[in-house]
Amino acid sequence: MTKSSAASSADGAGRPEGRGAGTGSGTEWETVIGLEIHAQLATDSKIFSGASTAYGAAPNTQACLVDLGYPGVLPVLNAEAVRMAVRFGIAIGAHIARQSVFARKNYFYPDLPKGYQISQYELPIVARGAIDIVLDDGSVKRVGVTRAHLEEDAGKSLHEGLPGVTGIDLNRAGTPLLEIVSEPQLRSAKEAIAYMKKVHTLVRYLQICDGNMQEGSFRCDANVSVRPRGADKLGTRTEIKNVNSFRFVEKAIQYEVARQIELIESGGAVVQETRLYDPDKGETRSMRSKEEANDYRYFPDPDLLPLMLDEEYIEAVGAELPELPDAKAARLMAQYGLPAYDAGVLTASRELADYYEAVARAVPAQAKLAANWVMGDLSAALNKEGLDIGEGRMPAERLAGLLTRIADATISGKIAKEVFEAMWASGDSADRVIETKGLKQITDTAAIERAIEEVMAKNPAQLAEYRAGKDKLFGFFVGQVMKATGGKANPAQLNELLKKKLPE
Amino acid sequence: MYDFCTDFRFLDGTLMALTRAQVESIAHLARLELEPAEIPAFQDKLSRIVDFIGELERADTAGVAPMAHPLPGLSQRLRPDAVTEADEHDLYQRNAPQVASGLYLVPKVIE
Amino acid sequence: MIHRQTLARLVGDLRARKLSSVELVRACLERIEASQPALNAFISITAEQALDAAQAADRALARGDGGPLAGVPIGHKDLFCTAGVRTTCGSRMLENFVSPYDATVVERLKAAGAVMLGKLNMDEFAMGSSNETSYYGPVRNPWNTDRVPGGSSGGSAAAVCARLIPAATATDTGGSIRQPAALCGVTGIKPTYGRVSRYGMIAFASSLDQGGVIAASAEDAALMLREMAGFDRRDSTSVDTPVPDYVAGLDAPLEGLTIGVLKEFFDEGLDPDNERCLREALTVFTRLGAGVREVSLPNISLSVPAYYVVAPAECSSNLARYDGVRFGHRCESPRDLQDLYKRSRSEGFGAEVKRRIMTGTYVLSAGYYDAYYLKAQRVRRLIAADFERAFGEVDMLMGPATPTAAFPLGAKVADPITMYLNDIYTISANLAGVPALSIPCGFARGLPVGLQIIGPHFAEQRLLQAAHRYQLETDWHLRIPERFA
Repeated sequence: MTKSSAASSADGAGRPEGRGAGTGSGTEWETVIGLEIHAQLATDSKIFSGASTAYGAAPNTQACLVDLGYPGVLPVLNAEAVRMAVRFGIAIGAHIARQSVFARKNYFYPDLPKGYQISQYELPIVARGAIDIVLDDGSVKRVGVTRAHLEEDAGKSLHEGLPGVTGIDLNRAGTPLLEIVSEPQLRSAKEAIAYMKKVHTLVRYLQICDGNMQEGSFRCDANVSVRPRGADKLGTRTEIKNVNSFRFVEKAIQYEVARQIELIESGGAVVQETRLYDPDKGETRSMRSKEEANDYRYFPDPDLLPLMLDEEYIEAVGAELPELPDAKAARLMAQYGLPAYDAGVLTASRELADYYEAVARAVPAQAKLAANWVMGDLSAALNKEGLDIGEGRMPAERLAGLLTRIADATISGKIAKEVFEAMWASGDSADRVIETKGLKQITDTAAIERAIEEVMAKNPAQLAEYRAGKDKLFGFFVGQVMKATGGKANPAQLNELLKKKLPE
Repeated sequence: MYDFCTDFRFLDGTLMALTRAQVESIAHLARLELEPAEIPAFQDKLSRIVDFIGELERADTAGVAPMAHPLPGLSQRLRPDAVTEADEHDLYQRNAPQVASGLYLVPKVIE
Repeated sequence: MIHRQTLARLVGDLRARKLSSVELVRACLERIEASQPALNAFISITAEQALDAAQAADRALARGDGGPLAGVPIGHKDLFCTAGVRTTCGSRMLENFVSPYDATVVERLKAAGAVMLGKLNMDEFAMGSSNETSYYGPVRNPWNTDRVPGGSSGGSAAAVCARLIPAATATDTGGSIRQPAALCGVTGIKPTYGRVSRYGMIAFASSLDQGGVIAASAEDAALMLREMAGFDRRDSTSVDTPVPDYVAGLDAPLEGLTIGVLKEFFDEGLDPDNERCLREALTVFTRLGAGVREVSLPNISLSVPAYYVVAPAECSSNLARYDGVRFGHRCESPRDLQDLYKRSRSEGFGAEVKRRIMTGTYVLSAGYYDAYYLKAQRVRRLIAADFERAFGEVDMLMGPATPTAAFPLGAKVADPITMYLNDIYTISANLAGVPALSIPCGFARGLPVGLQIIGPHFAEQRLLQAAHRYQLETDWHLRIPERFA
């Protein structure tokens, strides 16, 4: 551990994470991170054309004349992409531009068919919003969102299996993107991930992005720099491009921070450049092809008039926003008495929260129990099979049926786990599993007493010892009776009756 | 008959010349390859053009907003989110110089 | 001779079955073939398709069907995309480019029954004022084949002038309809920006480009424009206001209208012979009952430099798509990606196009954007405001379309600025997006002179009406070069 990391402040700032073999010059380093998140908007058609945005089609089968940049064609903006951007803007409390402008970003690249990308530059549709993240110590940090703008995605370059050439697939070209740019206010890889996850949650709540990182629907560029703690001036930053998992973003940032500190401490200087994260090697490397100084020559796209939005439109979009994660978590705490942790976990996705609430509404008295089951056994079972909550393997009313039987003492919590497993495997209701497997709890005092008497009769030695004062053997008798009843004896009743019977 | 050119600065020898390096760098940005022999001609003509458009300097535009579009006050028209395009890649790729398996081919791109 | 008939007359004769479309199309095709060595007005001649379309038109006419232009032969400037037909834009870059789709203008004229005979020659990517930048060789002026026809729609103007076809589509970014119309003595109208869809019209400078018509008369132009104009959902800059019946309004009297004579256009640059024709034309309008007064547009002198910033800037970006990957010229055996880009583009584009791309790249680049591009856009607003002020006082503006009559081939190639200044009177209308037309109003030393009429946004009808009333009083528009009479 270096001195600097030991001295990191309470808000988690200033840890030079993943520190390599540093020399420990004694300088305290502060990490400064800004994220540019690219969220593909979940429209059916592209941002400027009527081609499909569906993922996974054969190469260039979803690239129409507009996407190919054919001579003479013109872009026409997708109304739904605009609505989605406005939804996001309202959700983060940002300013929605009454007039925004599309600009051309000019550069040559084979996956960029027109030789320019239509984006927004000086007047983005969304500006000056904020997103709250929860830090490790439970405190809340507000991260500024500088802007979010609409732009078109590029195509893909394919290298594998093509000796000496690169293949260009333009199916993705023209897919709508919302680029969400944070202020450089993130101070560690952990904060960066918390922010990124929060944005991920938010875009899915808003149903504007499917959040699928494997398919590239949600990607991130990280601008990373370090500076001596207390310095006003930002250090030279590097940009890590297109990292497509939370884990890789964290690792890439950690690596990059360590690299930069080591570089500076050994007398070098950080070069402003674009770097690529190599997940196999766990390191970032300079992207030579993008090294050349770019002059993008932004100017307003003359094919697209300014986009004007009126109050009425913005209000209408705002009125149809769903309940957002922070508000939902607060409500779950108030309405169901959940602790903050549970509320946070359960609101990580809208589907999970909806599911939880459906269960909790069915068994209102068992809201906390419902939270435990949803976060515990159910989540574990889903994870194990790689399923989503929305896939219907365990409908909410079925889980609620199980919780009802726990609540009315038909089964014990322990038996419930067995019932759950059977329900999961068979798709049957809790009642049916309890019925067919005969797992109904025994609450008949006479039956339990009979079982106790049999056990006492079979174990005279232990009974004698217990009566002689070996209290520990109480548990032995509980176990034996449970065994005899197939675990179905009501535990509370059993305890009470044993306490009465054993000393007799 | 009147000759317009006398009216413009480049004839009094005060031409704002572009350097060879500037011309080369502009050509590179525009992905144009100029033969070394043709650079002086481009340098000369572009310098005349740059000098000519330098006339704009004399306009008093204080407080005037730039006008990117000739129909002021109009808002951009949007289209409904509907898939209207079918797969026509065979037709569209008939104009392509080099394709294989539906992909457009270019010399290897190194990242 | 049927080629001497106006489009209006041909429409009537075809409908009355006095004439078949096949007969008419054959006659035109013969004239086109015969004219090619002298004029080079066409880049592609689509005889076979034309005859098929003519037969179809005749069948429709026989049934009493067919659109308003059923069976009428026309030509398209070779930057309008035509499905299944080569569309070159006058460039080597698109020498083998076969468009998979029709431009909206092409589609509409097809739907109206017009028969395309071929694709008309033009300056490369519409960049030029003399038609000398075409990769397919210059077009020559039918009045004097040593002279240029003007540009960039030189093929359209020459073809109509020589009565190879009664009308042609054209486009105008800085004068490319009006200037060749003036130099060839035909009628050409550039509508309001947004009036005619730009979809399928290969872009030069998107905020200035506008499709229009070159025809023998205002009435013929009105017939064509009525079919071409109108909102197109594929062009979000096209305007959704109803298209008036341009033909119906032609005969309305001019009494009560006020014409502003553009003071700045009658400057030392204007050839005295041209000025004489223009002054005479103004007296005709006075006779027709219009009021005439002088109007000043103080910022108009800045329009050429402003244009030569805005147009190249947009063109540098619009032409970036020609990279040798998806369509267009590709160099032989590229060494690497940069070599592919640079050689394909350098081989595919001619010198003037390269100059404009480079000028545009320069004015948009870091450090120059504010001084050139933004400054030009501010000047553009000043010019637009000048027009707005003027149209508060007068109904239309009149002045020359060009400073001189047609100049000899090669006369202005050496210096780009001399060439650019040829558009000095036409460029401002593009910057302001207002409609303007040019009609023949006399001859200077045997070459036609054009009168330009400029109107406020969407006043095409008024411009056509003024031009038509003038053409009822004069016969300049009926004159045909002897060789093609």
